[in-house]
Formats: sequence, structure tokens, C-alpha cells
Amino acid sequence: MRAYSLRRFITAMALAVAALSPSFVCAQDAAPSADAPVAVEAAPTPDAPPSYEALVLQLGNGGFDDKIKAVETLTATGDARSILVLQAMMDGNLYMHESQVFIAESGARDAKLRNALSNADAGVTAATASRVTVNNRLRGILRSALGALTLFSPDPALRANGAAALFRSRPPEMAEPLAAALAKETDPAAKREMEHTLAAIRVTGAGDEAQRIAAAAALGNYADPETRAILTGLLTGDLSPGLRATVTSSLSKVEGKLAFWGVINNVFQGVSLGSVLLLAAIGLAITFGVMGVINMAHGEMIMIGAYTTYMVQELFRAYLPGLVDWSIVLSVPAAFLLTGAIGVAIERGVIRFLYGRALETLLATWGISLILQQAVRTIFGPTNREVATPSWMSGAWEVVGGLTLTYNRIAIVIFSLVVLGMIALLMRHSTFGLHMRAVTQNRRMASSLGIRTGAVDALTFGLGSGIAGIAGVALSQISNVSPNLGQSFIIDSFMVVVFGGVGNLWGTLVGAFSLGLVNKFLEPYAGAVLGKIFVLVAIILFIQKRPRGLFALKGRSVEA
Amino acid sequence: MASMTMTRKPLFATFLLRSPMAALLTVGLLVAAAILVPLSNQLLPPGSAFHVPTHVVSLLGKYLCYALLALSVDLIWGYCGILSLGHGAFFALGGYAMGMHLMRQIGPRGVYRDPILPDFMVFLNWKELPWYWHGFDSFPFALLMTVLVPGLLAFVFGWFAFRSRVTGVYLSIITQAMTFALLLAFFRNDMGFGGNNGMTDFKELLGFNLQASSTRVALFSISALVLAAAYLLCRWIIASRLGRVLIAVRDAESRVRFLGYKVEFYKLFVFTLSGMLAGLAGALYVPQVGIINPSEFSPANSIEVVIWVAVGGRGSLHGAILGALLVNFAKSYFTSALPDAWLYMLGALFIAVTLFLPRGIIGAMPNFPGMAKGWRSLRTPPGVEERAP
Repeated sequence: MRAYSLRRFITAMALAVAALSPSFVCAQDAAPSADAPVAVEAAPTPDAPPSYEALVLQLGNGGFDDKIKAVETLTATGDARSILVLQAMMDGNLYMHESQVFIAESGARDAKLRNALSNADAGVTAATASRVTVNNRLRGILRSALGALTLFSPDPALRANGAAALFRSRPPEMAEPLAAALAKETDPAAKREMEHTLAAIRVTGAGDEAQRIAAAAALGNYADPETRAILTGLLTGDLSPGLRATVTSSLSKVEGKLAFWGVINNVFQGVSLGSVLLLAAIGLAITFGVMGVINMAHGEMIMIGAYTTYMVQELFRAYLPGLVDWSIVLSVPAAFLLTGAIGVAIERGVIRFLYGRALETLLATWGISLILQQAVRTIFGPTNREVATPSWMSGAWEVVGGLTLTYNRIAIVIFSLVVLGMIALLMRHSTFGLHMRAVTQNRRMASSLGIRTGAVDALTFGLGSGIAGIAGVALSQISNVSPNLGQSFIIDSFMVVVFGGVGNLWGTLVGAFSLGLVNKFLEPYAGAVLGKIFVLVAIILFIQKRPRGLFALKGRSVEA
Repeated sequence: MASMTMTRKPLFATFLLRSPMAALLTVGLLVAAAILVPLSNQLLPPGSAFHVPTHVVSLLGKYLCYALLALSVDLIWGYCGILSLGHGAFFALGGYAMGMHLMRQIGPRGVYRDPILPDFMVFLNWKELPWYWHGFDSFPFALLMTVLVPGLLAFVFGWFAFRSRVTGVYLSIITQAMTFALLLAFFRNDMGFGGNNGMTDFKELLGFNLQASSTRVALFSISALVLAAAYLLCRWIIASRLGRVLIAVRDAESRVRFLGYKVEFYKLFVFTLSGMLAGLAGALYVPQVGIINPSEFSPANSIEVVIWVAVGGRGSLHGAILGALLVNFAKSYFTSALPDAWLYMLGALFIAVTLFLPRGIIGAMPNFPGMAKGWRSLRTPPGVEERAP
């Protein structure tokens, strides 16, 4: 949660700087003290306020107490120009040189410095100037100062973000400006954030009882762990009966909402894990279903798919750097073709000599997996390779305060369902699919009817391996791309196939998602490892009840 | 599953029983090793050409434990058609039982000088010994546990699996899931088995210092004799009427069931016995290598055991022993000489043996008396027929 609000805060600040800096620079070029300042109307005006320039100089020259005083005064003036300076100070980009204050363009040692007041190029680099030091206390004050300054920004998103930033520190002296900003606020999102922060400040404050009760009641409308922490913290203290009752009822409301979003989050995590399992297991289910062969090298096909993604990405970086975000789109067919070809080669080279000897095939494919793993280790080295997440897949969708869904997880869920849908279409509506189903159900009869079972086997194995390669493309986004990648998925994929039953895509789908969900719902109670052990034991027991899985094939050929 | 036609073939194992030569040779060699290696190590001067250094004795002792494990896998895979990819679990459980005894023997000599608690429990701030650690200070009890615990797990697992007729690759996969679950479980510190680090720093066994060469040589001899005894036991079982039923189950399970045999009881018996033998192998292994940790449960280890059996000759007890010794010798040699090449070689071995030598090295030797078989039978593993064309 903390990391999340920090991220939100940084985004807000980046936006604030980006939005304000052009107008700031223009304003300075024309007349430094023109219409740039946005006054905080309700802020108390100290008698004979020091000038903006003097305050900025004080930021760099004084001790920590002077700096804090300067920051607070700057905040109180509400001068929008100070956002840039304070942000630079916060980031450690504020420098002193010959009693002047400068802003570095970046954090690098050779970054150019510009005068914080005149915006003129200082002609020196950061290395020659001395950095304005910031301690943790000052950093906290800076954070809320920046939040407060954005409260009156013309951009409603910035105002909302400013209020959210203030929520983190909840400085009691901000209650007044917040109330003033709230009175003027028209944007519902910004209003909600401001009400949240104001309530959080007021409920702890020493204000009158009625105001505190109203604030406590208002907090019941929000659902995030921070609000819960505030309310729980209040209950440990000394409260009047009326306030205590309101806080208790608000807390139960917040907890109810949090629990609800927690369940939704678990469902999403489970579906996300399920889709990973689904991707990893579809190929295995197909080869196992049609050929009765457990392909122990399946995990290595996933691994090779992930390495293909890496190679395609590197090719794009070298030759088409502008399109590198889209390299992953090309990786999908590339991985499918490469691993599919390897699959056909394995089938023709090894497996076809072992038909009817499922256990031997298992051993031979294990041997192949060892060789492939070692080959990748020889070529790429044993360390992880970095596959970048394309910009259109990074970030997260914030549903409510307590729930964020990352885009890459959502993309994998959708991708796995698309792959499953395409396989289902292929199985149901193509000649190859028809032949495949025929061979699955009764190999000898299919052969008698003129289906070349050998060719079907080779293509099926190629298809299964190709899908594993596609799975590798998706998994490269959420997992380390290393030679051991496949090993970590192989047992889970077996479990899905054995649980779901073979030769049936529904079985794989249901198997994958139920295993994913059960795993994620067990995790909070039992911990990740113990949860996994429970699932494994449960599957071992389940197999006793239904030795052929959840959706077993029926027919006379099954027992053969 | 691909359909198979079942045609009557001569029982592969019968040649073994008719040729006591192999048995005599195996037992003779093991007993000779049990006597000669200690003599050479203890009596000959280190400079002598026939002197076996202590570290080699320990290495050979380790191989013999692996051979016993391979024997236990061959008993179920070669003679009953049960391919267990989780036999390392029984081995490791036996090893842990022995490790617990050795931990208790350390007593107050540990780093934290606690007279009762092993170091890792003191480190985790545990106050007293968990209930399942009681009794392990007694050697007979610990020895009993090294076979009983794996035997019990094998019994329970087999009871469920065989009663509901889980066979073939399904069985292989759930045995793998079993050892994987145990791997995860033993990694947890809360289990009270030392977590990630397992147990090590053993001091002595029955008062003998484990670092002393005399103790190491004695452990080697015991391993060789236990292996010989286990070999004879397996042979005796295979030769009995029970063994005939087992082989029949391997070749045509449904037919045996239709003939009125309770197939699951036969399977359960041999699976449990095999688990106990594997546990015994683990118990002999731990004092010789001086450490037991959860990595022994890793599924890859269990699959490797299967390849030892396949290399030596599935369905041949001395073949399993030979295979374990050969592959492990090659592993020791190549992992130090050509570390990058070993996995390629192991992988190639898996493929080559399944493709070209389904009966292993023993099956490829044509000169045993009473054996007449051509290339075709050489290419066919025991119990599996050619697929219908």
C-alpha cells in the first residue's frame, strides 16, 4: 500500500512539473512576478512576508530549521513557481554555487545547472556546485508542501493527486487550505480525495466533537488499508462514547469493503495464475491426449519460447529501435515456429520409435530436456536475460484504493483465453483437428479409415510444442528468463493435465483455473509453500477418485 | 493410450533364475569387496598400488547406496511395471531418519552447546524437541524408522493409488508430485528438519567417529553386505510364486485380474518393500556423505535413478546394480573433468538407452547360457510388445 501511494505521489509530481514548467519558464522570461502565483486564499498571511527570492535563497543557505521554515513559508504563499524548486530539492537536484541557488537538469554529475530564480545557464556542472542537503524530516515536509501547492492547480487530476499526497502525511495545518480548496472544488474525483484527506486530518485533530464525528463517519466511505489503520489507531486512544461508536461503525464499513476487494483481488490473482498454468498446460494436454505421451521436455519448449522473445527483442533493438515496443507481437509467431519445428524434429527423431512405450518416451524426453537446458545455458549463459515489458503493457489499472490490476497480468489472461479459443476452433473446425480427435479417440480405427496417424502425431507434437513456445513469450513478461524457466512450470502443468483429464480442452481450462484459484485462496491462510503442498496432496487424492481426471474421455479405447 | 496387442512371450526373468552364474558373481563380488577393500585401506601402506584411499572408499560406499536404491526401483519397474519417479523421496526419508539419529548423537558438541536440541532448533529459538524427534536418540529405534517411515509412506500412497487402479504415466506423475510436495515441505523451517540446510556436522555413530577411516571402511563393508543381502532377497521374491504373479501383472495386468488375482495387493506389497529398501539405502548413505538436505527430494534425482536402472538393464537385478555403479562413476569423472558436458551426456544417455538398449547393458550381452534372442528382442523392453502396425 505504501509503495502504491508513493508511486501515485511520484506520478503526481512528475505531472505537476511537466504541466507547470513551460508556463513557469515563460513567466520568468517575461516578468518573474507576474500572474504565475496562485494564491492560497485561506492561508494565514504572516506579517511582512519575505520575498519569494529571499525564501528560495534561504532554502540553500540556512540550516535544516531555516530550510523547513522557508519551505513552510513558500507553501503558505502558494506561489506556483516554488513547485519546481521544491521538487528539485526533494529529488536532490538543488545546488548551491557562489551563494546562488541552481536546479540541475538531471541527477548526473555532469548535469547542467540553471539558476532557480532567473533560469539562466550557470555555465557550471553539478560536480562543481554543492548539493543542498535534505534530511528525512525535511523530505516529509517537502512531500506535503508539494501536495498542498498542487491543491489549487487548474488541472483537476493534479488537485486530486495533491490531496492524495497530503493524505500520506496528514499535516494538521493543512486542514484550513484543504477546506478552502474543497469549497471551490467541482471535479468529483478531486472532491472525493480532498474529503478523504480532510476527514483523515480532522478525525485525529483536536477540533470540536461534532466535526470529529462527521469526519469519522465520512471515513467509512473509503476502502483502503491506510484508512483502516487510522480508525484502528483511534480506537486504542481515549474517545468520547459518541465518537467511539461512529469510529467503530466506520471501521466495520471499511473492513467490509476491504474484505470484498480482497476477495476480488484473490480471484484476479487466481485467474492470473490459472491463465499462466493454462498456457503452460494446453500444449502438454494436446500431446498427452493424442499420443499418450508425457513430454518431459515441454518446460524447455516454454523456456525456448521465452528466449525467442529475448532474441526478437534484441533484433528489434539493433535494427528497429523505434518499434521495440512491438517486438513481442512478432515474438509470438517466431516462438511458435521455432518451438514447433523443434517439436516436429523431436517427434520424428526420437518419439516415433517409442510408440506404445509411454514410460520410455517419458525418459527419452527427459533426456531431451536436459540437453536443451544445457544447450541454452551454453549459448546464453546461466544468468537471467532481461525481457522488457512494452510500454503499452506496463502500469496498472487502479480499480479502487485497495485493488490494482497490472496490465501485463490482464494481457496474459486475455492472451491465454485467445490461444485456447484458437486451439478449440482448430480442433473443431479443421481437417487436422478432425484427424487429431479421431486419433485420440481410436487410433487403430482412425488408421483403418486412412488417416496417416504418423503425420498426425508429428504435427500434433509440433502444435503442442509451438503452443508451449507461445506460452514462453507470455511468461517472459512475468518470470525470469533463465535456463531453469521450464523446470518451474513443468510439474504444475502436469498437475493441470492430470487434474483436468486428457484429450479435452475444457478439462485443461477448468483444471488450470481451479488450481490457480485454490492456490491463491489458500495462500493467505497457509502461506505460499504450504498452500502448494496442500494442492499437490489434494490432486494426489483426487486422482484416486477419478484416475482419468475431471473430464475423462469415455469410450472403449480408453482402457487400452 | 496407444493400443497394444498382447502376445505370449517367454518370461524374460526366467533366464536369470536359470542362470545362477550372475547371482553368484554379483554376491561374490560384493562380499569380496566388503572384505578386501577394508583390508587394503587399513593394512596396505598408502604408497602401495593396491591401497584404496579413504575418500575413494567413501565414494564407493556412496555408489553402493545408489545401487541399493536402483535395486529397489528395478524391483517395481523391471518386475511389476510400476515406474516411480518419486523413489528419491523414500531414499531421502530414510536418510532423514538416520540424520535425526546422528543429530541427536552430536549432543552438547554443537555450536550452541545445547545438550538436547540440534543447532538449527536453537537457532530458530525452539524451546523443546518436537514430539516426532523423540526416540531418535536410540539407534535401534532410528534404524527401525529408516525402513518404517518410507515403508509407511509407500504403503499409504500405494494403497490409494493401486486400489483405484492408477497406472502408467498417471502413476509416474503423481509419484513425482509426491516427492515434489515433500521437497517443498522439507524446505520449510517449521517442519523441524533443518529447512533449507538440512542436517550436517555429524560427529559419531554408535560411538565411532564418522571422520575416522576405520568407521568409513566399516560403513562401506556394511553397505556392500546389505546390498548383497537385498539382492538375494529380491531374487528370492522374483523366483517365488509371488514373483511370477508380479511379472504377469507387468505383462498383462487386466488378464491377471481376470484370472482372479488381487493385483493391487501384489503391487502394494512390492511397492512397500521397495520403499523400505530405498529408505535403507538412504540410511546407509547419510553417514557416508555427512549431510542430508531437501534437495534429495528433487524430482530430477528420482528420474536419474530410473536411468541407472535403464542403463544397467531393466528387469535384471544385477543390471540395476551395474547401471547405478557405471553411471555414477561416469558422473563423478565427467562432472570434474568436463563439467559442462555432463548434462549433455546424461541427456544423450537417456535417449540412447531408451532407443537402442531398452534392456540395458545386461540385455545387450548375448552370451549368457540359455539365452537365444536376436536384435529384435534386444530392442524390445521387457513387458512391452511392439505396437500394432
